[in-house]
Amino acid sequence: MGSREQNTDNKSRGTDFSGQAVATRDAYGTALLELGRRNERVVVLDADLSGSTKTAKFAKAFPKRFFNMGIAEQDLVGTAGGLALTGKIPFASTFAVFETGRAWEQVRQTLCYSDLNVKLVATHAGITVGEDGASHQALEDIALMRVIPNMTVIVPADGFETQQVIDKVADYGHPVYVRLGRAKVPAVMPPDYKFQIGKAHTFNLGIDVNIIATGVMVSEALKARDILLREGIDAGVINMATIKPLDTDAVLEAARKAKLIITAEEHSIIGGLGGAIAEFLSEAHPVPVRRIGTEDVFGCSGAPGELLKLFGLTAEDITKAVKGFFQERTESLAYKNFASQ
Amino acid sequence: MAAVTQSRSIDFLTQQAKRVRVEILKMLTEAGSGHTGGSLSAVDIATALYFYKMKHRPREPEWPERDRFILSKGHAAPLLYTILALTGYFNESLLTGLRKIGCPLQGHPSSKLLQGVEVSTGSLGQGLSIANGIALGLKLDKNPARVYCLLGDGETQEGQVWEAAMSAGHYMLDNLCAIVDANELQIDGRCADVMKIEPIAGKWKAFNWHVFEIDGHNMEEIVNVLDEAEKLKGKPSLILAKTVKSKGVSFFEGKAEYHGITPTKDELEKALEELGVHGE
Repeated sequence: MGSREQNTDNKSRGTDFSGQAVATRDAYGTALLELGRRNERVVVLDADLSGSTKTAKFAKAFPKRFFNMGIAEQDLVGTAGGLALTGKIPFASTFAVFETGRAWEQVRQTLCYSDLNVKLVATHAGITVGEDGASHQALEDIALMRVIPNMTVIVPADGFETQQVIDKVADYGHPVYVRLGRAKVPAVMPPDYKFQIGKAHTFNLGIDVNIIATGVMVSEALKARDILLREGIDAGVINMATIKPLDTDAVLEAARKAKLIITAEEHSIIGGLGGAIAEFLSEAHPVPVRRIGTEDVFGCSGAPGELLKLFGLTAEDITKAVKGFFQERTESLAYKNFASQ
Repeated sequence: MAAVTQSRSIDFLTQQAKRVRVEILKMLTEAGSGHTGGSLSAVDIATALYFYKMKHRPREPEWPERDRFILSKGHAAPLLYTILALTGYFNESLLTGLRKIGCPLQGHPSSKLLQGVEVSTGSLGQGLSIANGIALGLKLDKNPARVYCLLGDGETQEGQVWEAAMSAGHYMLDNLCAIVDANELQIDGRCADVMKIEPIAGKWKAFNWHVFEIDGHNMEEIVNVLDEAEKLKGKPSLILAKTVKSKGVSFFEGKAEYHGITPTKDELEKALEELGVHGE
């Protein structure tokens, strides 16, 4: 993947988000608009949140291909399914809580059971929704979507990756859930990065610990790695953008190489990325796993950055978990040695 | 009406409806489980659609200009399967496999497994949104095809139905015709006792639909109203078809308990006799 090819891609795409700190929802709005220009089959539906989900950009440019369904998420999902049946590529957007929760059974019955070509691109996922509080902070959506057959689940880490995800899922003829955030996130993916559905991106592998992260937690994982390296712990980081289908080869390689696997996500530790990796590794290659995420609790109001700290979703929380693990291990080894004497 | 000039056409459709009833009863008896009442109540409507009104090509099920039929009340799967078999989408011999392992005729319709099924249904309340989406897509493509969606009256207790009713009115989907099979019964009893849905016609009118009320077993009325609905512009059409649950089998008619119960062998024989068919 030479830089020339990359440049050509970016030119045809229009905007290039590589290296830019943007909210993934903003990258979505731009990517969707540019996709709409290239592909007439793309239609967009929203449930009265087009300003927040950023589908309003598409709506303004292509009013005939945009359908506001009002505050009615079940109908939003069902109508998107019907449009897919006529050969359209519907992108249906609203907040993650409502799209995956309120309309869960429509996603299961109408979209996934019939394997319809609908893209559910939800914004305002996770704790970084911030001030709106628990009612609007989806911490269960990955679990809810992951459990349904035929569904693909993708969580981009930054604007650059989001842009590529949107282009890729448009060409993939099955239901997809894309999880985006409200808050601005740092750019983490390298400029020559090419997103592929079901392929993890390995930044590096460590021999002590490998951190498998998704979404905003990728940047925290990278910070944690640097702290750990400075303290003499060899750490690696993997961006697991596609949670389903899980890139089991990448997980296995990471687990074989290191003594500990850390998962990190802005989601409940139940059923999300951590759940998926624990399920896989417990059967395929049992190694110690520690899950960083919210601890089976609802969120609350506050500034996004403060909430990440409050709910234990920072680089420091990752390093603490890693150091805690190695300390416990040393202590228990010492105890064993003592006891066996 | 001009469209059905010869009474022979009505006779023909009535004959087809009888064939459909016979096959439904046979397949349900063979399967030993399934929804008898709500399949039989909608036979005349579905027969008029597939044998008269809809443009469709059984040998070319993906024909882009076909009219679409969405069975929102997916539990009436035996009705859909029978009609699809009798119109030539697949071999009639498949009908005996209903609800058995390995047979594409699932308890509720699965579009991934069976030709002619537009979309999987079975969870009530979801079909009308899908029909709306298809109607919007067809309009975008300037495709003249129409969309028909069959709902149960009990089904309209689902909130999503009213979200979809609102959308169809808002988007003025005049290429859409929804039919409510108003047999007045649901599993737990009379709709009026379980959860009152009257006034049905008034509700749909309030959501900006053209509303027609007909006898859902009078073939001439059904045919005429389907022709009439097609001509109306600017609004979706709702046909409120008054029906009788288990219509055609006197000893099952109007009984809520036959919602999800199948005939015994003896009952089948009696039923076929009533329909003028002798057991084989």
